[in-house]
Amino acid sequence: MTGRYHAPFAERGSHAIDADIANRLLRVAMEQGGDYADLFFEYSVSGSYAYDEQILKSARRAVSMGLGVRVMKGDATGYAYCEELSLEAMQRAARTAAQIAAGGAEVTPIQVEARAIPDRYPVAIESIDVEGAAKKALLERADRAARAADPRVIRVDASLAEGVREILVANSLGHMARDRQPMMRFGVRVIADDDGNRQSGSSGGGGRVGLDYFENKSPEWHAEQAVQQALVMLDAREAPAGEMDVVLGPGDSGILLHEAVGHGLEADFNRKKTSNYSDCVGEEVASALCTVVDDASLTGSRGSINIDDEGQLPTRSVLIEHGVLRGYMQDRHSAEYFGTTPDGHGRRESFRSHPMPRMTNTMLLAGEDDPDDIIRSVQRGVYAKKFGGGQVDIANGDFVFSLTEGYLIEDGKLTAPLKGVNLIGNGPDSMRKVQMLGHDFEVSDGIWTCGKDGQSVPVGVGCPTIKISAMTVGGTQVGGA
Amino acid sequence: MSRAETDASELVDLGRSVVERARAAGADVAEASVHSGSHLSVKVRLREPELVEEAGSRALGLRVMLGQRVASTYTSDLSPAGQKLLIEDALELAKLSEPDEFAGPPEASALSGQGDWADLDTFDDAVSGILAEEALERALVGERAAFDSDPRITNSEGASFTRARGGSALVTSGGFSGSDVGTYASVVVTPVADDEGGKKRRGYHWSASRHYADLEPSAAVGQEAARRTLAQLGAKKLPTQELPVIFDKDAARSILGLFAGCVLGGSIWRKSSYLLGRVGSQVASNLVTIVDDPLVPRGPGSRAFDGEGLLSRRNLVVQNGELQTYLLDTYSGRKLGLESTASASRSPSGGISASTSNLTLQPGTVSRDALIADTAHGLYVTGMMGFGFNAVTGDFSRGASGFLIENGELAHPVSEVTISLNLDELLKRIDAVADDIDHRTSIASPTFRVSSMTLAGT
Repeated sequence: MTGRYHAPFAERGSHAIDADIANRLLRVAMEQGGDYADLFFEYSVSGSYAYDEQILKSARRAVSMGLGVRVMKGDATGYAYCEELSLEAMQRAARTAAQIAAGGAEVTPIQVEARAIPDRYPVAIESIDVEGAAKKALLERADRAARAADPRVIRVDASLAEGVREILVANSLGHMARDRQPMMRFGVRVIADDDGNRQSGSSGGGGRVGLDYFENKSPEWHAEQAVQQALVMLDAREAPAGEMDVVLGPGDSGILLHEAVGHGLEADFNRKKTSNYSDCVGEEVASALCTVVDDASLTGSRGSINIDDEGQLPTRSVLIEHGVLRGYMQDRHSAEYFGTTPDGHGRRESFRSHPMPRMTNTMLLAGEDDPDDIIRSVQRGVYAKKFGGGQVDIANGDFVFSLTEGYLIEDGKLTAPLKGVNLIGNGPDSMRKVQMLGHDFEVSDGIWTCGKDGQSVPVGVGCPTIKISAMTVGGTQVGGA
Repeated sequence: MSRAETDASELVDLGRSVVERARAAGADVAEASVHSGSHLSVKVRLREPELVEEAGSRALGLRVMLGQRVASTYTSDLSPAGQKLLIEDALELAKLSEPDEFAGPPEASALSGQGDWADLDTFDDAVSGILAEEALERALVGERAAFDSDPRITNSEGASFTRARGGSALVTSGGFSGSDVGTYASVVVTPVADDEGGKKRRGYHWSASRHYADLEPSAAVGQEAARRTLAQLGAKKLPTQELPVIFDKDAARSILGLFAGCVLGGSIWRKSSYLLGRVGSQVASNLVTIVDDPLVPRGPGSRAFDGEGLLSRRNLVVQNGELQTYLLDTYSGRKLGLESTASASRSPSGGISASTSNLTLQPGTVSRDALIADTAHGLYVTGMMGFGFNAVTGDFSRGASGFLIENGELAHPVSEVTISLNLDELLKRIDAVADDIDHRTSIASPTFRVSSMTLAGT
């Protein structure tokens, strides 16, 4: 082991947790007659550096550590956690969680065995272990490049956030697995002022990578992107309002998939029949051009995981194949309900929260169209390049997502940049209106975080250029811009 | 001493010890915040328990300065080794930061002390005493009331009940030490109904309070949740048009929240707010008066002192449409050449920034119903979706759902449309403010009407 930060529960840590201790705790958890129990040990260290007004203004680090114990009886879950890894505190948490199954039962002996796991984020040196001066230098470079790019740039904020999350999962089925999950995220935000007209621009990226990320995308590149976006927006005009063709650029637009399709295909909503995709497996739910997968195995992507937070091994799940719904994203509980195998989508924000079906890297696969042909095919519409975020109501499938950089398409050409605008649609409806798909598939550079029930997890998205006929564009200009 | 007082004094002792050790290790300024909390959270679904979660936690935040260099650290590992790492890391990071001439605690003479603090009545022993059985029963009653109120409620995302207590202490090397305790109870019911075309409609309602006795009965919460769910059945899009928009108090609160973000000191000195340079000018119609008051008894956002130890005070933010002040902490005050408005908030991880406490748009005199009756054609918004707001420019565009208003009455429900208008213009176009505010949330507004906005639909 190298580096400064290691979980106390790691094999040679100060509070090492081995199979024996796990077996004992699981036994306590199952003592009241639970059907299933799991232990989730987590040690997470995060750091952030904020460069602002040409100085490194703040540096932060946070350590969070604890054990979450879950016991299930039928559809009911008992959950408790502790932050102290003394045997007494851990047993107390296990006993509290066990109460959900108030009965008492003979517990069959539990013998957990370590699982072999893949290596999807081979990071030689984690960012958290690199000396601070190197990270400061990266931020300085971004700051300098942004200021040099244009005299109208009046503010530059550059930030670097890093972390590592070490987990140990053991469950009453006999699985035990450990994983160490690094993360790095870099961002530049600028404000440009042209005679009182102020606009912002931003660019960022990262993933489960080390600082070698910057060999491919330099801080200067991100600075340039952010400045360009702000300058373009200085000339932005009011966006049109109403239904029109929309072309979504590759990569970031995957957020549309995430909102329009992804959440509705999380198995918990379908087990409870509260999703508008409930009971639709085998049915056509999208244009035949569309194949949508959720793939935890992309090397170094922000959404990738070696094991999920229930100790299951995630794979590539085909959700929609040529327009037909193939299946949902399962955690252990819902997989049992659907009589299928858990496919590694049980994730949680931290040891303080119970797992739920969550996305990893959600992607719409490439089509065959030339991206330029796609834009050329639109008489009048909107081209969406960068997004601020999205939201969905899974019950009815309505979703919105907000553009931070978009352009008007007139006679097959990108013309004026548009002020911030929302696109709104209905999941199945929009997916059926997918008319063209580019061959230019991209995975979005890692910046996205997904929220559900108050829990945040990092995710990835990806897609090619997409043409959707007739989406509602929420601008201010009625009848033409 | 009561249980709450004992807890609080333990937190202060821990904070003091961390400050002393950080100072001994070389910090010129050390500020420790200590948090402790415990909660019970239960959820029922289809009349059966679905989740019982119970836990307590503690955490330490440390902010240090070496000269004018700032760093902060946080840990939930309170073991001696964990605390040692917290202090070492803070000092190491401070050496990496660069001097910030504006950083630093408030003048010692400005700090408040125990004798100054108002009793805000935010703690109720009855909340801490609620056991799992009672919590489950409160949730079950809420869900049952939703199912019993109409056979069209066919499903449920469940009902939940949470009780929580929290304590925090702040100890600074500048001479401040204080603590704060609070309780919170809430009930939420989320029924589901089937609509045409395989769509489901999900509505919810909730009640929350500091004191157990102030919590709305679960049955009433469940019935209101059912009413809200059913009201959405048959929702349709509308044609694209300009029309008057009434924001009900939930939607209006969300608008006020956007404004709140733009009035905070941090967004002003960062030039990231459309309200930059606007103090003394008209930022809303003259019907709009906005107050930030941390001293509301039992208020969800109440605090006797701010995150830097200054005595809390009521701030008049907007009076009859004119912006009176930004909300400032010491740092943003110094950046802008102004005094702090005692609005500092300290995050558990140590960062300090200005925040709102209980921010209210003051109610008017007309009833909500009279406001609707006074609208010949318009949109009544009950829910909004998405993040379509640019604080730098004020550009606003979000997904909206609610009802069409025809001839002064709510007609059919509406969904899948967006409403857009720059926030500056939106607030200036407020032509009526209703009298129906409630104080469940720390940002609260009554229903109001905007004379005209762009709706994008079909």
